[in-house]
Amino acid sequence: MTLRLNGVTKRFGSYTAVDHLSIEIPEKQIFGFLGANGAGKTTTFRMILGLIDQTEGDISWNQGKIGYDQSHLIGYLPEERGLYPKLKVQEQLIYLSKLRGMGKKEAVHEVGKWLDRFKVPEYRHKRVEELSKGNQQKIQFISAVLHKPKLLILDEPFSGLDPVNVEMLKEAVVELKEAGTSIVFSSHRMEHVEELCENVCILHKGTPVVHGGLKEIKRSFGKKNIRIKADFDTSFLRSTAGVTSYKPHSEGCRLQVENEEVAQEVFLQLQGKGFVRTFDLEEPTLNDIFIEKVGASYE
Amino acid sequence: MNKFFTILGHTYKNRVKSKSFLITSVITVLLILALSNIQSIIEMFGGEDEQKEVIVLSENEEWTEQLSQVLNLQESIAVSSFSGSDEEAKTQVEEGEYEALVTLQEGGEGLPEADFYANQIANTSVSDSVRQALQQVKVSIVTERANVNEQVLQQITAPVSFELIALEEQAKSQEELNQTRGIVYVMLFFMYMSVLMYGNMIATEVATEKSSRVMEILISSVSPVSQMFAKILGIALLGLTQFGIFILAGYFSIQQSMESEGPSVLDIFGFTEVDPMTIVYALVFFILGYLLYATLAATLGSLVSRLEDAQQLMVPMTLLVVAAFLIAMFGLGAPDSTFVTISSYFPFFTPLIMFLRVGMLEIPVWEVGLSLVIMVASIVLLGWIGAKIYRGGVLLYGKSSSLKDIKTALELSKKDN
Repeated sequence: MTLRLNGVTKRFGSYTAVDHLSIEIPEKQIFGFLGANGAGKTTTFRMILGLIDQTEGDISWNQGKIGYDQSHLIGYLPEERGLYPKLKVQEQLIYLSKLRGMGKKEAVHEVGKWLDRFKVPEYRHKRVEELSKGNQQKIQFISAVLHKPKLLILDEPFSGLDPVNVEMLKEAVVELKEAGTSIVFSSHRMEHVEELCENVCILHKGTPVVHGGLKEIKRSFGKKNIRIKADFDTSFLRSTAGVTSYKPHSEGCRLQVENEEVAQEVFLQLQGKGFVRTFDLEEPTLNDIFIEKVGASYE
Repeated sequence: MNKFFTILGHTYKNRVKSKSFLITSVITVLLILALSNIQSIIEMFGGEDEQKEVIVLSENEEWTEQLSQVLNLQESIAVSSFSGSDEEAKTQVEEGEYEALVTLQEGGEGLPEADFYANQIANTSVSDSVRQALQQVKVSIVTERANVNEQVLQQITAPVSFELIALEEQAKSQEELNQTRGIVYVMLFFMYMSVLMYGNMIATEVATEKSSRVMEILISSVSPVSQMFAKILGIALLGLTQFGIFILAGYFSIQQSMESEGPSVLDIFGFTEVDPMTIVYALVFFILGYLLYATLAATLGSLVSRLEDAQQLMVPMTLLVVAAFLIAMFGLGAPDSTFVTISSYFPFFTPLIMFLRVGMLEIPVWEVGLSLVIMVASIVLLGWIGAKIYRGGVLLYGKSSSLKDIKTALELSKKDN
């Protein structure tokens, strides 16, 4: 079951929130959906979920529009935490999964399984407001996946989590993908996206500016990074033609160059200046691409 | 449909288990118990049984005699003549030996005039009795002087026979009216209370879900229309539970107080012989009224993004209920006035005003039918608009919570196809 967005546009009055977005997300794939704050990601999710209607274009999944009759196949983790603060964890999860068409018995079983997996079985009968932010996020994640959805939308799923817990949730996400779920993954943490997604789309003010497989995107981006560690001052490299950015650090510098030829030129210039500990030519990171395309930094 | 009942059950269970439900129920039950046993409670404090002693200071022995004769007919007041001075008498009253002092002087035309001294004159039960008694004394003195005999006097003072009879065969008789007035009072009270209480509850429910952002997950699972009506019915069930408790409590405590003596609360409100049709009308108008106001409350609740704003947005609704209540109070005295007739067709007033008219007057069936049709139509209309606003409103987050948001909410939910 492939999710297809074709020329999807949403206008609020004269303001265009999403402009001609076309993406395709097949089964068993995690699709990275990126964009600055206010770029139109949440609006897109809401259109996919059928909460608001697009002004133009079509969205189809499972041979049709997504409606309430399919809500048991869809999981949604919104960016803002959405749980009843006063309800106990198990009660809450059972209620939400019943609304997604799950039976109570099965829900109780699954709740136990997930709480154990995330190493928080003791929270079963605690109220959500008593939990820490990170643990609330785990519960939020469970509420999105408990009913075994076929299409899962994850909007900043790892926010507020420590590195150990991020790994735990990442594993779960990958496992869901392997089990055949299409996952739309949105995050500002580029390293997570790079790790999980094969295909990405970067949205800038409602318009897709980058779209495709991560490898192709990096290749076609052209620019590369050079990491240098040297025992002498490398700041003269700043003026080399083709170097687009220069960032010094304690033991050397990090350069962004236009292409491999420039990298070779840089390498030549280092000759005879002293001892070079590291010269590393790297593929551009998604972070570089994002900053270049969207023109703003987040981290 | 399953999800509808899941939400309904969840809303109901959550509320029934809540502390606020327990507290309001317990307090109301206590109030009901107190009210139905009010007679025994008043007797328990026993203030009424004590005889009030009044002393009379007068130069005219005959007047004192006559006054005490009349007053002593009432068990609660004892009259005695005082032989000391004016000052002594006042001191005694001040010290609490006696309840009050009455001084009689001869005024113009040789008739008695009195001054009444008591520590407090706010309670007029004693002074009124004395005044009436003195009036009787005066009348008897004057009539005696005019040589009017006893029989004539009685004829003069006897109240005239005056009975209200409605010519229209269907019109309510005097007793029926009194009974209806009682039930209308109770209905007004219940309607007013429940609309405010449960309306607020619904708005709070919706606003809580919005402020905790769980709404975003809910509306991606279940359509806003089912959510809205499941909530409304869930709270309605809660209301039924609560009223069930109240009625049971009332029934038992009234039965108990009936076993003792005296007029029960039921007699006071005229509940003993009520036309069953009036009860049916009461139920119908109550249910429709609830649905109408509940739909409005849910719609309003979906417009706010913070709980604190919910109260503010409920003000227009509260004003509607208060207006209906005031008109109904006015209508109890003049149910056939044009103003009452017209306002009984305004859907937000219908449940109270039309019910009052049905109870108090004999109005044609088509008028009741028309008002019911208007009400049902406005519930459907409000439900339809409400669901649209709800759909858009729940996605609307912002600082302001003005009625302007309705427009934005409607735009958000607009269907293009």
